[in-house]
Amino acid sequence: MTRITRAFTGRSRAADRRLPPGQYDAGASWPVLTAEVTPPIDTARWSFTVDGLVQQPTTWTWDEMQRLPQCSYDGAILCVTTWSKFDMHWRGVSLDTLFGIEAPLSQATHVLASSSTGYTTNLALEDVTGTKAWIAFEADGQPLSADHGGPARLLVPHLYFWKSAKFVSGITVLDHDEPGFWEARGYHDRGDPWLEQRYQGD
Amino acid sequence: MSRPAVIEVPPIGPWQAATVTDIIDETPRVKTFSQRLEQPFAHLAGQHVAVRLTAPDGYRAQRSYSIASPPGDGLSIDLTVERLDEGEVSSFLHEELRVGDTLEVRGPIGGWFVWDGSCPALLIGGGAGVVPLMSMLRLARRRPQQTLVHLVVSARDESELIYASELSGDDASVIFTRRAPANSIRGPGRITADDLTPHVHSDATVYICGSAGFTAAASELVLRAGIAPDAVRVERFGPIP
Repeated sequence: MTRITRAFTGRSRAADRRLPPGQYDAGASWPVLTAEVTPPIDTARWSFTVDGLVQQPTTWTWDEMQRLPQCSYDGAILCVTTWSKFDMHWRGVSLDTLFGIEAPLSQATHVLASSSTGYTTNLALEDVTGTKAWIAFEADGQPLSADHGGPARLLVPHLYFWKSAKFVSGITVLDHDEPGFWEARGYHDRGDPWLEQRYQGD
Repeated sequence: MSRPAVIEVPPIGPWQAATVTDIIDETPRVKTFSQRLEQPFAHLAGQHVAVRLTAPDGYRAQRSYSIASPPGDGLSIDLTVERLDEGEVSSFLHEELRVGDTLEVRGPIGGWFVWDGSCPALLIGGGAGVVPLMSMLRLARRRPQQTLVHLVVSARDESELIYASELSGDDASVIFTRRAPANSIRGPGRITADDLTPHVHSDATVYICGSAGFTAAASELVLRAGIAPDAVRVERFGPIP
């Protein structure tokens, strides 16, 4: 059901084919949405753990993570609240690299990413492998600030940005889908912006 | 995030038509739009809805707005909207929308920044951040004696204070940051520990809503006052200054 809104024409626009349905270009600004107090995280005490359905749970310290091959992602991020930010430059470690060190077992289908705040979000394994997901430390040439989830956040830019967990501290590999923080509160389990999968049932 | 129990969240409904029944000028930049829903839903205090506008050529714009009204009969909701200068949707709502018009809305949305009326809460809002908190305060005021909730609101000056007529009771305090009324004891200035300390109780959940700068400052103050981080829920909006 879509009905025309009386008197609404919308701002002048050239069709931007980079914009998924219902999204708008936030331009240079980078809005911040947060559910909790922004925690100060000392990189000296930071760690990242891959556990669950892997041969051996593995933990990386900040320095160990920094020594892994760094990759970049150039492109957009897309928030479920409809802002989008284009032409970003991110750097971090690809999850492919981590899974190359500690491979998921054959029955693995999903992961649950966790943050040091207790935030969680669920993702299909195929959405975080194949150059689609990173542990990101840097955005547009700057270390990732705490406001944006630094020192490290998950970056899964082909899905709505709540999947890119701020303050990420680990990933648990599972053989089933387990709703995370927002997903248990009505948000979609996958969150594909091109399919407008904002809420459960979309 | 471990401490507060997960509050049972109603399902998010489909897009539906909502008819504007009243438009209230709150401040020069803020209006409240009362709407009647086609399909009733039960919202929790603190939740929001998505509002969608569609142009004749199919172009759509969608934004989220907090519900200001308390949970009620599920048939009507009030959305209070601040007009942003570059805001495509907020300026349309402010300039074009009339009583009798129909919008598309979807909700209720948000299962974290919600209060179910069962436990003490301290509400701290800056500017339009007061909107979801007002839903909570209005819910609390349905009790014979309203002692569960205290609201602290920060506004630039009297002309920018939203819901001013409802903020004179003991369960609300107002901070003016730029210009205070002549008869006020507190001079103008940003929120301080002194503004919050009388209202901080160790068993309260704290809800903070406002800009990035406001929520960061208020969060720091309540943590310094001894509130545990997992008892603080934050909703913030806007870009980083």
